[in-house]
Formats: sequence, structure tokens, C-alpha cells
Amino acid sequence: MNNTALADKPSGFDTNFDVEAVRRHFPILARRVHGKPLAYLDNGASAQRPTAVIQAVDDYERHHHANIHRGVHTLSQEATALYEAARDSLVRFINARSRTEIIFVRGTTEAINLVAQSYGRPSLKAGDEILITHLEHHANIVPWQLLCEQTGATLIVAPMDSRGQVHAEAVESLMSPRTRIFACAHVSNALGSVLPVRRLIAAAKARGIATLIDGAQAVPHMSVDVRELDCDFYAFSGHKMFGPTGIGVLYGREAVLERMPPWQGGGDMILAVSFAGTTYNNLPYKFEAGTPNISGAIGLGAAVEFLAGMDRETAHAHEGALLRHATATLTKIPKLRIVGTAEDKASLVSFVVGGVHPHDLGTILDADGIAVRTGHHCAMPVMEFFNLPATARASFAFYNTLEEIDRLAASIERAQKIFS
Amino acid sequence: MELNDLYRDVILDHNRKPRNFGALEPADASVEGFNPLCGDRLTLRLKFSGDGIADIKFEGQGCAISTASASLMTEAVKGKTRAEALRLFDRVHRLLTDDAAPSDELGKLAALSGVREYPARVKCASLCWHTLASALKAEAPASLPAVSTE
Repeated sequence: MNNTALADKPSGFDTNFDVEAVRRHFPILARRVHGKPLAYLDNGASAQRPTAVIQAVDDYERHHHANIHRGVHTLSQEATALYEAARDSLVRFINARSRTEIIFVRGTTEAINLVAQSYGRPSLKAGDEILITHLEHHANIVPWQLLCEQTGATLIVAPMDSRGQVHAEAVESLMSPRTRIFACAHVSNALGSVLPVRRLIAAAKARGIATLIDGAQAVPHMSVDVRELDCDFYAFSGHKMFGPTGIGVLYGREAVLERMPPWQGGGDMILAVSFAGTTYNNLPYKFEAGTPNISGAIGLGAAVEFLAGMDRETAHAHEGALLRHATATLTKIPKLRIVGTAEDKASLVSFVVGGVHPHDLGTILDADGIAVRTGHHCAMPVMEFFNLPATARASFAFYNTLEEIDRLAASIERAQKIFS
Repeated sequence: MELNDLYRDVILDHNRKPRNFGALEPADASVEGFNPLCGDRLTLRLKFSGDGIADIKFEGQGCAISTASASLMTEAVKGKTRAEALRLFDRVHRLLTDDAAPSDELGKLAALSGVREYPARVKCASLCWHTLASALKAEAPASLPAVSTE
């Protein structure tokens, strides 16, 4: 893998971040949309892939594809080695204790459903409580609602304030002797708020409450160390961190995973099957029934190695500069209101423009080559809280530029003229 | 694709000043339409006189395409029979989804023809029409379930 452009970059200040060199790793960023250079500001929905990921998947498909864990032939052994090497990359990436703690799943949604059904369903009973926060993505609400229906447990929702911040004290005051599971986002997808997860995990742990962190929006922006966080589960998706779609990771603390029954039954998750009974496979395979997304895992492994080859502190500082520039620039636009102004915020801006519906805005921005998300961001309780049907959201990655934000602002002003 | 083909003057005008917007009490039929993709919601209320639509009004919130489409629709179907309105629904549906050239019958509704170049926006324009069709086709229009474009 060639990371020379990244290795050459100076470190320290975000102004020295060589964004053009980084952009050359992402071929799609060179394309044009409606005759304009693409400004891809929808990274919160899905980020783009570097050449390293595209090539890793291509190389696997062309030279190594076979089913894994079951062939004595060369291709099967190569495919198995590549798949398991990707798992090793992920162990290092989030500082898991061992490969037994990395379970490949389809994405964050599947990871949370797995925990709800395999950890929650056998252990919860009527009267128990599951605690989440108001700003969760639907994927961190609905699996718990299903679990409540199945077990008679109650879903408790911790509040957020008018800036879209969740305060640790408010959450802790809702942790009761009945609370069995605490689940929250690390970073809000709709608002960008960063939650005080370390403190919340510690508070939950002190009360014997299991913890799950939805890290889908955090992993692309910051270094995550699951041992430092000390959570029981951490879930994230490949495609939001520059890897392929259809692959993601459930990190689980080994001691907890060991006690959980399998979620799905099938091939690969067994050691021996007879009609009298079945012996389940060891971790992590116990939770990987059926042929997995092999090429996806390999692509995700390449994405992780790509990120590991970057100076993530510098990249993070560049994203901070993008957020500050976007906030300052958009604030100057009359009738534009930023929704979600948390003090600690990831690099995204959700906003509404008076007189221009987010969907019309999205269409007009697209005509200028600018991709943003418009809608409820799969967080309808957040929209309801702010009494909005939808917002527009510009979500940045380290490959975005200040100039793209200036184009965004100019295009918003163009939309205002059309609807004036 | 040209933006001014989507946001024609007629569309912008009806978005800025929607016609037949507001409550209609008492109504013979009241139907809600919802587009879960973008959060557009509208309530359509109708008064019938025999087989004809004596009055029609809408309320709700939506994008310019959805607001203008509902405004244009209420103007177009007021005074028409149920059968005529349903025929118009069919015409508009084809205008939005096929390559059908706008016919004279459509009048101002022809302004919606730019929408078909924007597949993600077709539902914005068709929400009110599906809601109307549901009201017209129902046996007991007073107690209808909400219409969803999903």
C-alpha cells in the first residue's frame, strides 16, 4: 500500500495539512457532477474509498476469492489469511485485547441488534430498564424497543439540551437499580455532538450496567481505544470510515461475549452438529454464522491500515478547521440557523434556511456539484425536539477543503435568491 | 438538467402563495399524506356536491415542489367530478414518471413536467395526488388511513 503522500505531510498545525495530497488517494473526488467539481459533504452518510481500499478488494476478487475457514486448497487458505489479517488490523485499530473481541457484522445496525438479541433478550425481564439518550440514531432506538416488547423491559430516554448536548449528570440521574443496559452514540449523526462517553461508561460500570457505544460517527473522526473507554460493546460501520458497505464491527469484551448465546445459527459458528445437539464455535466465530462479507472485511482492513498510516491528530485538526470555517461562514448567511451547537462537536453542520425547504436546498446544491444530506437523518426524535421536519447536513472528512465550504455558502445564497 | 426547468415561475409562485391553503370546516373527507423520506406532511379536505368536488383545501408543510403541486392540484380539480379528477391524477402521474408530453388538458399542471428529471423529487410532487386519489376512491372517505409515499 502506498501512503507516501501521507507519510510526507508535515505534522503539527492544521494549516500544514496537505489536503491535496490526501485527496489524490480518493479517485472519486476528481469527478464532476452536473459539470461542476464534486464537493462531497455527505460523509456522515457514507465516506468515500481511497485507492488502497479499492485495490485491496480488486486484488482479492481477481486473485484470491474462495470461501474461508473450510478449504484445504490454496485460494481458500489465501482468502482465510486475508480475512483474518483484516481482523488483526481492527484489533490494533481500536486496541482490543484480542481477535476474539472483533466480530464482523454488516454494520452498526446489525451490531446493535446482535447485542439486543443475544445479550439483552436472555437476561432482561419485565421491570428492567434500558437507558438511551434523546439524540440517538434510529438504529440505537428501535432494537431496544423490540427488546422491550420481547422482555417487558422499559426504555428510558435521557434528555439533551437546546444546543443538542447530553449532560452526564442528567444521564447518571436516570441510571437506576433497574437499569440493565446503557446505550448511546459516541457522536450524534444529526447534530455532531460528542457525548461524554468515558464518564458515562464509568458511571454505568460502577452500577453494574452493561454499556454499548454506537461509534459509527466517531471512528472516522477520532482515535478510539476500547480498553481506555472500558465499554462492554462498541459498534461501527466500514463505509463511514472509508471502507466498503455491508461490513462493520461489533467489539465486545471477551468475558461478556463468552457468556452470550449465538445470535444466528448456521455454518462457521459451529464446531460439531448432530441432531442430538450442536457444539458452538469459539469466539469470534460463534457470532459469524454463514459465509461472511469476505471482500468487505478485506476492504475494511485496508481502510484501517490507510488510517493508521495517517497522522490522525493532524487530520483531526484539519477537520476542526473545516468545522470552524463552516460555522463562521454559514452563520453569516441571513435566515440560516445551525441546528446543534454543542461545545464538543465533530466536523458536521446541520442547518435550516428560512424560506428554503431542505429538500429544495439539496437539489439546488446538487446542481452546483455539492452533495449534502437532507432529511431527518434517521433521527426523527431529534427533528421533533427541534420542531423541524428536516434539516440539511454538511458532514466533513479530512479530504474536504475550505474552498468547498465557500462553494456551499455561495450555493445556499443562490438558493435563497431563487426562493426570494 | 436545468434548475429553472424544475423551479419554473409557476412553481415558485404557487410555493410562495399557495392557493386553497388552510382549513375547510366542515369537510366531507379529510385525508393525510406523509412522505417519510423528507418529512413532508399534508392534510387534504374536500367537500362534495353530488359527484363533484365542490371545494378542496390543503394544509401542511413541505418543500416547494410538494407545496406547489398541492396548490396547483386544488385549483385544477375544484369543480370537477370524481372521475374527471381521477383521470387528471392518471395524467399527472404519467407526466411525472413517463416521458408523456404534457397535453392541453393539464393546463398549468404542465409546469410539473420538469420534476421527472429529478427522480428523488417525484414523490414530492405526487404526494398530494396520491392523497387525493385515496380520498376519491374510498367508500367511506371520512375515516381514511394516512397515505404514505413509501
